[in-house]
Amino acid sequence: MSSPILFVIVGKNEPLFEAEIDTHTGTTGGNDLSTRQNYFVLHSALDLVEKSAWTTNSMYLRVVDKVNHQQVSTFLTAGNIKFMLLHGGKGEEVVRSFFNEVYGYYVKLSMNPFYKYDTPITSLAFENRVRAAARAYLC
Amino acid sequence: MSRMATSNILDRPLGRSSGRGGSSSEGSVVSLSAFAYVYSELVQYHQGRAASISELERRLESAGYGVGLKVLELVAYRAKETKRETRLMSILHFVSSSVWKALFGKSADSLERSIDHADEFMIVDYEPITSTFVSVPPDLGQLSADAYVSGIIAGVLDGAGFSARVTAHSVNVEEGEYTKPQGGNVVTGLPARKDKAVFLVKFSQEVLARDAALER
Repeated sequence: MSSPILFVIVGKNEPLFEAEIDTHTGTTGGNDLSTRQNYFVLHSALDLVEKSAWTTNSMYLRVVDKVNHQQVSTFLTAGNIKFMLLHGGKGEEVVRSFFNEVYGYYVKLSMNPFYKYDTPITSLAFENRVRAAARAYLC
Repeated sequence: MSRMATSNILDRPLGRSSGRGGSSSEGSVVSLSAFAYVYSELVQYHQGRAASISELERRLESAGYGVGLKVLELVAYRAKETKRETRLMSILHFVSSSVWKALFGKSADSLERSIDHADEFMIVDYEPITSTFVSVPPDLGQLSADAYVSGIIAGVLDGAGFSARVTAHSVNVEEGEYTKPQGGNVVTGLPARKDKAVFLVKFSQEVLARDAALER
C-alpha cells in the first residue's frame, strides 16, 4: 500500500511547513506526479477549511474533504494556523493524537523570540520531531 | 572541561501556569522589579529613536504585538481544551480573563461595551504594571506607556482572526469606584493611583459582519 502521507502547515497566506512521509520507509519519497497531485488536493481543501473554521469552536476539524480514496484532516490552532494532513483513511484517534503532538511542538517553537508568527518554519529539529511523530502514530 | 547540556526548545516543558495557585514551585514567575527595569529600558530605547509621541506609541505597540501572538498560542495550549474562540464576546472574555491572568496574575478589572459605537469595547485595568513606575513628562502629553499592553491585546485579537485597533488611555478614577482595600496599593505599597488604564478596542467592520452572520 503505497499511500504517502502529506502534512502541511498553512498560515494566513502561504504554507509554512511541508513534509511528505512515506508509510513504508518513513522518509521522503514518492514520485513527482503523485506529490504534485497531493499538494493540489490538499490546497484545494483550504476553502472548505475556511468555511468550517467559523462554525465550530473545536480545534480538531476531522475530515474536511474526501478525494478518491484519500482524506484531508485538519487541525486549527488558536492563532488560526492550519495543520492539514492528506492520508489514505487513518483512524480518527491516531490522527488526533498526531495533531496534538505537532501542536505541542508548534507552540514550543513559537516561544522562540526569533520565530516570527506566520513565517515559514525552517527548524530542522522541528522537522525531525514531526517526522518521528508521524512514524510513531501514522505508520 | 564540562559543558552544560543545552536542551532544545522543543524538548522543554511548557509549564502549567493555570493549574497552580499563586506561588509556583517551578520558578516561572518574574519579579515586578525585574520587569519594571527591563520595560523602562525598552521605553527609553524607543524614546531615543522616535521622533514624535505617536511614533513612540506605535513602536511600543508593535513591540507588544509579537508578544500577543505568542501569548495567544501559549495560553490556549495551556488551557488544554483544544477549543478556539470564534465569537466576539468569547474572545474578549478570553483576553480579559485568561490572557490577563497569564500575564499579570489577575483578571482585567472590567470589560465594557461602548454605548455610542457598537464596535467599541473597553478593557479596564486599575493598576497596569507597565505604567505603575512611569511618570509621563508634560511635553509628552497624552502618551500612555501602556501602549505595549494594547499591542499585546491587538496581537491576541489579530492572531485569532478578529482584527482590531487597540489604544490605551489613562482615565481618572472616580470617587468610590475603586474597591481596593484602604491604604493604597497592596502589591507595591505605593499610594493608590489616580488614574486607571482603559484599553479601547475597535473592531473592524468585517469582524462585526462575520459575528453577526454567525449569530443567526
